[in-house]
Amino acid sequence: MAIDTSMTWLVALYIFMLAAFTGYEVISRVPSILHTPLMSGSNFVHGIVVIGALHALITATSVFAQIVGFLGVALGAANAAGGYVVTDRMLAMFKSSDGRKN
Amino acid sequence: MFAQHIQGLSGLVAAAAFIFGLKRMSSPMTALSGIGIAGIGMVIAVAAGFLAVFDLSDATRSHLASNLTLVVIALLAGGGWAWWRGRKVAMTAMPQMVALYNGMGGGAAAAVAAVEFGIADAPGLLHLAVTVAGALIGSVSLTGSVIAWAKLDGRVNKPWRFRGQRAFNGAIFVATALIGVAAIALHGTATGTALAVLFFLGAMAFGVLMTLPIGGADMPVVISLFNAFTGLAVGLEGYALQNPALMIAGMVVGSAGTLLTVLMAKAMNRSLANVLFSNFGDVAVASSADVHGQMKSIDASDAATNMRYASSVIVIPGYGLAVAQAQQKLYEFVRLLQAAGVEVKFAIHPVAGRMPGHMNVLLAEAGVPYDIIYDMDDINGDFANTDVALVIGANDVVNPAARTDKSSPIYGMPILNADQARQVYVVKRGQGKGYSGVENLLFYDEACSMVYGDAQAVLTQMVQAVKDLGLSQAA
Repeated sequence: MAIDTSMTWLVALYIFMLAAFTGYEVISRVPSILHTPLMSGSNFVHGIVVIGALHALITATSVFAQIVGFLGVALGAANAAGGYVVTDRMLAMFKSSDGRKN
Repeated sequence: MFAQHIQGLSGLVAAAAFIFGLKRMSSPMTALSGIGIAGIGMVIAVAAGFLAVFDLSDATRSHLASNLTLVVIALLAGGGWAWWRGRKVAMTAMPQMVALYNGMGGGAAAAVAAVEFGIADAPGLLHLAVTVAGALIGSVSLTGSVIAWAKLDGRVNKPWRFRGQRAFNGAIFVATALIGVAAIALHGTATGTALAVLFFLGAMAFGVLMTLPIGGADMPVVISLFNAFTGLAVGLEGYALQNPALMIAGMVVGSAGTLLTVLMAKAMNRSLANVLFSNFGDVAVASSADVHGQMKSIDASDAATNMRYASSVIVIPGYGLAVAQAQQKLYEFVRLLQAAGVEVKFAIHPVAGRMPGHMNVLLAEAGVPYDIIYDMDDINGDFANTDVALVIGANDVVNPAARTDKSSPIYGMPILNADQARQVYVVKRGQGKGYSGVENLLFYDEACSMVYGDAQAVLTQMVQAVKDLGLSQAA
């Protein structure tokens, strides 16, 4: 028996609403010195789309789905990997006067 | 079934890790661990994504070997390429790199939508509508981000504008949206498929068209907007796939990105609509500002000597500093001043660099500790009690015309109060104007002296001058 992971449109709207406020709250307290790394960090987070593409490609049954799914996984993986690397590089450079690194 | 539970729970862990990670990224003390935590969440989610192989239908199982091969190749090719590029990209080129990665995320969301639209049999209207909406936003983000990348990377230099452009773009957008509606209505037929193809082409064309007329100076705001777009597209596709992790991650980025975009536009004293539709960017502006007095110049070594014997100095770095690759030299000079007992602070305008916070990254790369770097609002009150303001590679952000000259295109933009310091030194290549093409009244001020030359060369002389002073004192 498969578990039921479907949700009604109303539950989906609740999730979207809560996520939207979460994003707003998390960002609104960020000092502007971190704006660039943060844009890059949030850019990394939407790289999660790679698992959507991964699912599409693993369950592909047509050549069309394979080609487009392949593109999706490649692009999504680039988004996630690239977003992580550049964010990490930027944040690793911030340090305070007493030499502590973060 | 077991695999499904694991997949569902790993999505939950990933979503929690993203939110917690972003939260930690909101302070320089914890930021590095924040991206690490978010990264772990991503690895868990992707690994769990492979568990789908245990829940395949018979029709899919026969394709499993080839599909898995494709997955591995795609992950290694896309992830590997991006990892390698991300490792070696220069910090000055970071904004366009972020744009490129963001466009790829938008493309991935559009690809997911295309597959979902293609394979859905007997789908609900809502499901199709959400899929198509995500496809539209993702496609616009894909091509728009690529144009933004090309502009910041100097591959496309001139904004492309023509009469009636706004109406034309609007027509393309409306037509694309209508084609999308028609494709939903005719879903499952050959015409519906053809319309879907047309829809994707229209959406991608719109992304190009809406970005081309926007000037290079406004690109960071646009990139931030596309970042929010991609988040939104990912969130919508998450609903189409019934995957809450995608929905949460996408929508968090969608709202955070929108807020960040508005903050950036505000820092540039522009509304978002103004950025997107006004074609300001790099139009040549004729300024009618009354200029009194004339510019004075001073030797680099004399300026350095004066700073050495000042008690407080505020450094105002601009993008010109990064272009001259002089951040390291600047920090060397600052350390010499600090060793001589001078109190040195850095003042960062919100739009210094190519996007907000970019200058902080460039200074951090040179080793400048973040606790001597101040935001505009925190430091503007200090200028009046400061001996020397040293402006390097910045121009418009210290132009008092923004306060007084209503005819100036930068009128109303908040500026750093460098003109209130007792003495101002401006390091500048030549007598040219700033990014906005506006004459800078500060340069004609009594208390201001220009140090002409390349920032790197000037700072080298300044370092030498202070070192020489130290030696002669010791002797």
